[in-house]
Amino acid sequence: MTLNALRLIPMRSLLDLITGYWWDLRDFSNLTRMIYKHLEDWGFPDWSIYVISGLIGTLGIIAFIGGVAVINIWVERRVVGRMQSRLGPNRLGPFGLLQPVADAIKLMQKEVLQPASAPGLIYTLAPIAFTVPGIAVFAVVPWGRHAVLASLDVGLLYILGMSSLAVLSVFMAGYSSNNKYSLFGAMRVIAMLVSYEIPIVAGLLGVVLFAGTMDLQGIVLFQEENWAFMVMLQPLAFLIYFFAISAELNRTPADIAEAESEIVGGYHTEYSGMKFGLFYAAELINAVSVSAIIATLFLGGWWAYKLDELVPGWMIFIGKVYGVYFLFVWTRGTLPRFRIDQLLAFAWKWLTPMAIINVVVVAAEVLAWEESGWSAGFWIPVFIAVNGALTGALIFGFVKFFAPKFQRFPTRPRFYPDIDVPSLPAVTGAEFMAKGGQA
Amino acid sequence: MPIKVEPVEVNIGPQHPSTHGVFRMVAKIDGERIVDVKMVVGYLHRSMEKLAEERTFTQNIPFTDRMDYLAAMSGNLGYCLSVEKLANIEVPERAQYLRVIFGELQRVASHCMATGAFINDCGAWQTPVMWCFRDRERVLDLFEMTCGARLTTNYMRIGGVAFDIPDEFLPALEKLVNDELPKAFEEYEELIVGNEIIMMRARDVGVVTPELAINASLSGPMLRSAGIAWDIRKADPYCVYDRMKFDIPVGYNGDAYDRMTIRIEEMKQSLRIIRQAVGDLPGGAHKTDVPLAIRPPAGEAYSRVESPKGELGFYVVSDGGPAPYRWHVRAPSLINLSVLREMTVGQTIADAIVTLGSIDINVGEVDR
Repeated sequence: MTLNALRLIPMRSLLDLITGYWWDLRDFSNLTRMIYKHLEDWGFPDWSIYVISGLIGTLGIIAFIGGVAVINIWVERRVVGRMQSRLGPNRLGPFGLLQPVADAIKLMQKEVLQPASAPGLIYTLAPIAFTVPGIAVFAVVPWGRHAVLASLDVGLLYILGMSSLAVLSVFMAGYSSNNKYSLFGAMRVIAMLVSYEIPIVAGLLGVVLFAGTMDLQGIVLFQEENWAFMVMLQPLAFLIYFFAISAELNRTPADIAEAESEIVGGYHTEYSGMKFGLFYAAELINAVSVSAIIATLFLGGWWAYKLDELVPGWMIFIGKVYGVYFLFVWTRGTLPRFRIDQLLAFAWKWLTPMAIINVVVVAAEVLAWEESGWSAGFWIPVFIAVNGALTGALIFGFVKFFAPKFQRFPTRPRFYPDIDVPSLPAVTGAEFMAKGGQA
Repeated sequence: MPIKVEPVEVNIGPQHPSTHGVFRMVAKIDGERIVDVKMVVGYLHRSMEKLAEERTFTQNIPFTDRMDYLAAMSGNLGYCLSVEKLANIEVPERAQYLRVIFGELQRVASHCMATGAFINDCGAWQTPVMWCFRDRERVLDLFEMTCGARLTTNYMRIGGVAFDIPDEFLPALEKLVNDELPKAFEEYEELIVGNEIIMMRARDVGVVTPELAINASLSGPMLRSAGIAWDIRKADPYCVYDRMKFDIPVGYNGDAYDRMTIRIEEMKQSLRIIRQAVGDLPGGAHKTDVPLAIRPPAGEAYSRVESPKGELGFYVVSDGGPAPYRWHVRAPSLINLSVLREMTVGQTIADAIVTLGSIDINVGEVDR
């Protein structure tokens, strides 16, 4: 009796209840299967199935991005507010959730001013061109085992191309505004683009070498197959990519292109109204799309050990995306900005050599794996240990030997408890240090 | 055909997020590097020195609030000292101690603001400035408790202070000085002082040599950062500073980083002074009776105080009438700003902004 009663309360996960109805969106394949079936019944040609499912998927992604852009305004302001020991927006709606709506209404009401000497087409296209790549990246990102809009064999290459386009549109905006501050922003962006593409590509090369494919779904499946997140196998690539992409995203500590305290607004100084609103939203969209790339490449995407058997993959994916996004918000709320020469030096002197060393090591590891014929169960833990040690050693070594030496002078000032006014000594720092640092 | 290259002239200010008001810096820029800087001041000129000649000595006190509006108490104090020197007025002990307490509280508030704004100029996304504002607000709460105003306090009077402190003031002050502010300063040390990016941005930026500092008559943290121990509170003590024990922090290199650390150390020393002053606070009257329309004897007097920005001097000339015949203010912000060209030429735009932030100017005081 008791046993039977216990059997009536089965351990159920969210996935047990999948019914196969089209509205059961815990698995997106239910919807596509329904569409496929109906189109077949109505006698549509075969190719139209791809077009229609593609359009629906695109609309879904754009709807998601729109929602994310609105929610993230709230998330970013609220989280940063907490870091700054204040409340953040909390007046409009519950927890200030309607604040982004109010922001959007305000921006739409404002007049869009355009400098008389600005070339109209480039000036108008720039905010749009800035927004599109962030959305387009999502085409190849897998949302679940059966949910990916475009399973490109060169998905990673496509992503790299798209994220470079966003930087180019920043240059368009800065160049066409006919403003000196905007031009400074544009110049800085080009310098940064040239420098930071290299560590980004070289860093991701390690991931591609391990996975053996550029298809994002393939990279997720590699991680599932080998039971390890790529961030364990490639911690150095993760760090390099995270820093380099935050430079490309114009987020602190590398937001030199729109450095507010130096060049006012940088490339978007001359933009107002909804054109500025697009820049503002696109910044958040790009941050989310980069978070999605990091979540897919390094954190397993929709796969999370046993968790993806309990929770739908796209929920896991969105959770990871927001975890990475929080890292971006955190760095933004904490760190000051680099100067441009320091930032470029960091790319050339630190990130690029590290990325190249990483590629060499990974190539050797993959070769050893293939040649030896031993199983992944042996090699993966070895690689995790070796690459972790390599990351630690490289970072320690670079800090030890290449870091700028700040400690020429102590960080604390010296003290004069009783100064003798008439014979006031003018003691320079050099003289003081020569005497052994004693006041 | 050779490409013709010439420096670009960029107006940094008067409408710019980092010029701390309406200061204008016309910079000639070659790439990112600054070739020449021309300073333009006067956008906030309110001709206070001339207006003061039409008003009685007591009516002039609110002007001093509005010069350096981030350090209103120091302005009040310096002006009242000069008139007291001119009219030879004795100030009660209690008033002198209260003046020291409020002067030092004002130094904490002003340095909080300076540090936060400086880190903001270094490019932090508002976090340090918000933390510093939080601590400044705590000090302003005490001002509000005592004199009803937070920013333009108008608290000092000729011959004392306007009001005695309320009963709840001392417990609140003790909580602030012994508990809240030391914790906040520890946070600053963790967030700001040890920060590698701040070091990269601020070390060797905006360097003032000791010779330049003395020749340009700099004062305050600008002078002390260059390695010269000079503080009016020690060198020419006013009120009861000669009874207090405190140290003068002095920098090594004269760069922006030294100025920032000096400000943070000075805040700690201010807390030390406040603790001693509260411990010794005598009873008695908080001011002497001085006629509102005071007519000091004909003559002149100059008195100076160590305001958070530097040596704040007031020169008053009286012809025996109810209003000063001539009133001149030695504004430390203006004089510290005068070396901006020497500090910034050869650096990048980003460094120039950091340098300007580290001077801690207040345009209200620069233009008066």
